[in-house]
Amino acid sequence: MTEEKKAKKVIIPNKHPMPAQDAVARAKNFDEVALGYDEETAVAEASRCLQCKKEPCRQGCPVEVYIPDFLKLVAERDFAGAIKKIKEKNALPAVCGRVCPQENQCEKYCTLGKKNEPVAIGRVERFCADWERAQGVQVPEIAAPTGKKVAIIGSGPGGLTCAADLAKLGHKVTIFEALHVAGGVLMYGIPQFRLPKEVVQAEIDNLRKMGVEIETNAVVGKFATVDELMNEEGFDAVYIGTGAGLPYFMNIPGENACGVYSANEFLTRTNLMKGYKFPEYDTPIKVGRKVAVLGGGNVAMDAARTALRLGAEESWIVYRRSKAELPARHEEVEHAEEEGVKFAFLTNPTRIISNEDGWVTGMECLKYELGEPDASGRRKPIPIEGSEFIMDVDTVVVAIGQGPNPLVPKTTEGLETNKRGNIVADPETGATSKPGVFAGGDVVTGAATVILAMGAGRVAAKSMHEYLMNK
Amino acid sequence: MYKILSKVTLAPTLHEYVIEAPRVSKRCQAGQFVILRIDEQGERIPLTIADFDREKGTITCVFQEVGKSTKQLGSLNAGDSLKDFVGPLGEPSHMGNFGTVVCVGGGVGVAPVHPIARALKENGNEVIGIMGARNKDLLFWEDKMKAACTELRVTTDDGSYVRKGFVTDVLSEVIAEKGKENIAMVIAIGPVPMMRAVSNLTKEYGIKTIVSLNSTMVDGTGMCGCCRVTVAGETKFACVDGPEFDAHAVDFDEMIRRSRIYKDEEKKALDKYTSNCSCSCGCGGGK
Repeated sequence: MTEEKKAKKVIIPNKHPMPAQDAVARAKNFDEVALGYDEETAVAEASRCLQCKKEPCRQGCPVEVYIPDFLKLVAERDFAGAIKKIKEKNALPAVCGRVCPQENQCEKYCTLGKKNEPVAIGRVERFCADWERAQGVQVPEIAAPTGKKVAIIGSGPGGLTCAADLAKLGHKVTIFEALHVAGGVLMYGIPQFRLPKEVVQAEIDNLRKMGVEIETNAVVGKFATVDELMNEEGFDAVYIGTGAGLPYFMNIPGENACGVYSANEFLTRTNLMKGYKFPEYDTPIKVGRKVAVLGGGNVAMDAARTALRLGAEESWIVYRRSKAELPARHEEVEHAEEEGVKFAFLTNPTRIISNEDGWVTGMECLKYELGEPDASGRRKPIPIEGSEFIMDVDTVVVAIGQGPNPLVPKTTEGLETNKRGNIVADPETGATSKPGVFAGGDVVTGAATVILAMGAGRVAAKSMHEYLMNK
Repeated sequence: MYKILSKVTLAPTLHEYVIEAPRVSKRCQAGQFVILRIDEQGERIPLTIADFDREKGTITCVFQEVGKSTKQLGSLNAGDSLKDFVGPLGEPSHMGNFGTVVCVGGGVGVAPVHPIARALKENGNEVIGIMGARNKDLLFWEDKMKAACTELRVTTDDGSYVRKGFVTDVLSEVIAEKGKENIAMVIAIGPVPMMRAVSNLTKEYGIKTIVSLNSTMVDGTGMCGCCRVTVAGETKFACVDGPEFDAHAVDFDEMIRRSRIYKDEEKKALDKYTSNCSCSCGCGGGK
C-alpha cells in the first residue's frame, strides 16, 4: 500500500454493532442472542483493519489464525477465500467466532484498538463460518494415509481440534466420547442462546467427512483403559482431552438440599438433555421463583441467564468480589444485565436453609469487603463480621469452577498427575509421563476457555505427528 | 444402536431385556450399572446390570415400569433397538472370600443382587440369599437366585407364596440361626425404605452392610453431581464413588428427599404419555 493510499483511509472509530435479539424478548427464549453481521456489515467491519505489517492480533490468538489476511479477503468480498484462510489454523470458526474471549485475545492487541475500538475480529470470523455453512462446507484436503491409528479421548474443543489436525495429516483418528453426543462442553455446557447446537453439529459433521470416527457412549477408563486402547486395539498414540468434568461445591451446610444444582447439572439438563423443552423431551429441569447463582465466571452468567429463560422471576449472581473482578467476559455480563439478571457483589453464602421436605427456602450470606491483592493479583475478599443476612431464594446453582474428571487419570498406569488431579503435560508438546500419551485443555490446565483447549489440541497434534512418523 | 435380543415379561410391569452391547459386557463386573436412552427425546436412564454374557456380548437388565420412561421402555420388543447404552459405570462390588454373606433382594432389587451373589459364591463364600416381593406375581428369578446362592429363602409381603413377611423378618431369623458373629456381611438392594429397614436391623447387631443406591443421575461419570449422597457426613457421588456404600453411614432421609425432586414433573410426563395412548389397555404403547 502506498503512503498516498494509506493517508486516504478513513478510520471508522467504532466496531459495527452486533445485531441482537431484543433483551426483553430473548430473556424468554433459547434462540441465539447475537444475530450475526450481514454481508455489508462484515465487509465494512473487515475494511476497518489497517493491514499492519506486525500483525499483533495473531500473537493474541492461541491458534494464530491469519487474521489480517482473512479480513482483507472479506473486505474484497472473497468470503470463500476468507473462510479457507481461517480454517488453515482454526477447525471450529463458527464456535470461536461466538464464544472466544476476543477482547482478551486478538482484539486486545489490534493496532486500531490503541486509539479506537479494535476490529471486531470475532464477529467477522463468525460471519465467514456462517456464510460457509449456508453454502455447504468444503472438506479440507487430506494427506495420504500414514497407517497410524490415534485415539482421542473426549470430543470437546481440544479433542476436535487435535482430531482435525491429525486427520488432515493422514492418520486414522477415532474419538471416544462418554456422552451420547460429541462436542463436550460445547454441547452440554454452553447454552443454545450463545452457541446454537446446530452450529456445533455442523462442525462435527465436517470432521466426520474428513474420515474421523466418533464413538459415543464410550467411557474410557470404564469400557477400556488407555493401555487397552494402545495394546489391544492397536492405537499408536492417545490424546486425553477429557476437560474439567468434576463440579466443585462450596462445602457449606445444606448444599445437598433439593433445589441446589451444580452448574454442570443445571446446564447439562438444559442444553444437552433439552430440559427447556420438557415434556417434549423427557429430562426435567426445575427452577424456582428466585434463583441464586454462586460464582462470577462465564458459566455463572450462562446459568443465571438460563434460569430466567426457564421462568425464574429473579435470577441473581452472588459473587464475593466486586463487579470489576468478575472473571466473565464483559459482553456476557452486559447481556446478562440487559436481560434482567441481578448482581449481589461482595456477598458469599455461609449455609443453605431448607424446609422439612428438604427444599431450599433461603441462603444465609455474609457481606464482604476487598483487602490487599492476593496471589491471583485480585483484591482479597474479606468477610465483614456480623453482616449475616438471609437471601430469599428457592433455587441455588453452584458455579464456582470444576476440577479434572478423575476417570482416565485414575485408570491409566504411569500417568503423572499433580495434587489437584490435573494431568502433567509439557505445554510445548502436550507429552505426558507416559510414552505415546498426550494431553491438553482443561484436564491439564484446570478450567479455562474453548480457544485455549483448541490451542493445546493443536500443539499436541503437531508433536503427536512427529512421534507417530518417527515411531 | 443397541438391539434388544430378547424380552421376557416377568410380571405385568416387570421386564427382563437381553441387550446387545459387546463393549459393555466385555468389561463389566457385578455391582456396576449402565445408562440407556430410548430415543432422541429420551432421558438417560440408569439401570443396574443384572447379568452379562461376555461370549455373546450381551447385558441383561431388569426394570419395573414406574414412570413415563420406564413405561415407554417396557413397550419395546425383541428386535427393537435402544438409541444409547453406556457402561459399565460405577465401581464394581468389592469381592473376596469373607465367609458367610447374606444377599437381600427386595422387589426389582433381586436383579442387581443376583450377579453379586453369584460372584461371591464363586469367591468361595457361603451365600445366603433372601428374596422378597409384595406378592407371588412380582417374584422373579427364583431359579437363578437358587443357583447363585448356597441357600435361598423367599418371602412375600402378603403371604401369597412360601410365607408371609418382609425380607427383614427373614434376615432376623437368619441372624438368630447363624449368630451375628458368623455373618461377615449383608448386601441389600431394593427400594430405599427396604434398604433402610435392613440397615437399621443390622446396625443393632453390628453387621457390616452394603447397599446399592439408585440416585437420580444424568451423565453417570461424575460430571454433574446430581446423584450426590451424604455418607458418613461427606458428600459422595453415587455414580463414581458408588453405587455401593456402607449402609450404616448413608443419610437415607436425604436420599429419599432427593429422589423426590422431580415427582411433579414425573407425574406430568406420565399423564401426558398415558393420555396419548392409542390402544385401550392404558399401557402407553401408542405414544
